Amino acid sequence: MSGKPINPKTRRQVMRSLALGSAMVGASLFGFFPVLRKWAPRLRPPGALPERDFLSACIKCGQCVQVCPVKAIQLGDLDEGFGVGVPYIPAREQACDFSCDAVQCVLACPTGALAHDIDKKEQVHMGLARLDRPGACLARKGEGVKGPARPAPFTGVHRYQEIDRWKPVRLATYKYDLEVCDLCVRECPIQGAITLEPMSADPADRRRTPEVHQSCTGCGMCEMICPTEPASIVVDIRRKWGDA
Amino acid sequence: MALLDSLKVMLGAAPVRPKTVTPAAQAMHEAKRQVKGTERAREIKAQHEAHKSNKWRNIRWATLIAVNLVFVLSYRFDVQLVEGALTASRVVGFHMADLNSALQVMLAYKVILINLVIGTGTVLFMWWLLGGRTFCSWVCPYHLLAEIAEKIHLMLAARRVVVDYPLHRGTRTVLYVVFALLAVISGYTVYESISPTGIVSRALIYGPGLAMIWVLGLLAYEIVFVRRMWCRYICPIGLTYGLVGAVSPVRVQYSLENCLHEGDCRKVCLVPHVLDCTKKTYAEDLFVGIGADCTRCGLCIDACPTGSLKYQIRGLDKLL
Repeated sequence: MSGKPINPKTRRQVMRSLALGSAMVGASLFGFFPVLRKWAPRLRPPGALPERDFLSACIKCGQCVQVCPVKAIQLGDLDEGFGVGVPYIPAREQACDFSCDAVQCVLACPTGALAHDIDKKEQVHMGLARLDRPGACLARKGEGVKGPARPAPFTGVHRYQEIDRWKPVRLATYKYDLEVCDLCVRECPIQGAITLEPMSADPADRRRTPEVHQSCTGCGMCEMICPTEPASIVVDIRRKWGDA
Repeated sequence: MALLDSLKVMLGAAPVRPKTVTPAAQAMHEAKRQVKGTERAREIKAQHEAHKSNKWRNIRWATLIAVNLVFVLSYRFDVQLVEGALTASRVVGFHMADLNSALQVMLAYKVILINLVIGTGTVLFMWWLLGGRTFCSWVCPYHLLAEIAEKIHLMLAARRVVVDYPLHRGTRTVLYVVFALLAVISGYTVYESISPTGIVSRALIYGPGLAMIWVLGLLAYEIVFVRRMWCRYICPIGLTYGLVGAVSPVRVQYSLENCLHEGDCRKVCLVPHVLDCTKKTYAEDLFVGIGADCTRCGLCIDACPTGSLKYQIRGLDKLL
């Protein structure tokens, strides 16, 4: 090669290859922006490894999506960078209600990005619920709920043990008649994760305030069922008990 | 030696004319030189043209669509025959994992995952048996889209609307190393975020999203500027499977005897460098196995007017 003048055609080809090759690597590196800038913090399915490990261990196949009986899991899109094809749960639209018991998504995961050491819903830690808008909370105002918690066009579903544990019911068709709203407590899949506490010593005072306890798994059921718009109670993604 | 050469060519080296040729092949080359067969060649080509068939292409397209449809329908109707996407799946309960995706995950996560090892083991055996890059042309949904884009490109090129600006084939090898290093260093599966194979497979199964814009952009670029850019010069999945299928029993075999050396096969081929042996006097033997980079797509088999290119299952002919 040395000594021979380089054919201009070959040189142009090499330049083109370098340019397009770099363009491809550059395009792939765009994935860093959404991840490092935390553009879209996502509630990950039960058993998810710490975020960084989760993004690398996930093989982006969506088997967790396929097994979820309430179709709570969705896959990330291009605007999530390296989170493309990585599962998350949009809790307000469709929360995980743990009605599958054995945490199906964890069992389905082929890589352990959803860690296999979980076999009970109580062991899950996706985040923690927090009363975000105390002023809007119906229970704190002493107000009740008549009719569906989330009227149409809301499409989210929930599996009610007392109706049919295997058939999810559309929340928009399920009617409640509650003197004082206690939906976040009533539909919480974890025993004792949220309680309603009286707001004064007066027994005639119907007002109650939701209190989140350490056993909360952050599944997002309370966020989905909350009848105020937007939700009064929300899940803080990946927050642990005791975190600021 | 032939294997080493075929790997070198796959990694980007230009194919070279073999230095040693078997006496039988030498005699055949010599005999062909003596015979002036242009009239006969024209007749053969005219006949082939009259009975033109796209047999292997049709079988292949049907297979590709069927495989992807099984994924889609299995989820739609919840029959749990095949769960997941092309990156990883369970086929009637058995773990299967795409070799390149599994490699990226292990490089990024740096943990040997037992389910992935099981999954890749099955898939490794399957694609070794069926011939590595067979995955590309018989399964990958992007391949089909790219074939359609290629048809448009060739149509426009024939009318001189567009021109193909080929890249150096070594680009894919360099990018392969770069993406592997990026996964190791960053700890993220960097390549997966732009992989059209994963994006299209998930779009088919779970519904399309913004990521399809990237794929459509790639296809548009291939139509206007670089014929089959992704599959030829970029895709690390192709190289992974190429390595797997380098010594596979299923391959395309070239037979020197009746070949007219007019290069119709090379014109339709995604990876024409593997068909270098079909050039006049280039075959080192009466029969030559086509190299590792071949996707076993069968376009050359359909295109060959003399039946000189055929699928072959190595070992089977000896058994029978």
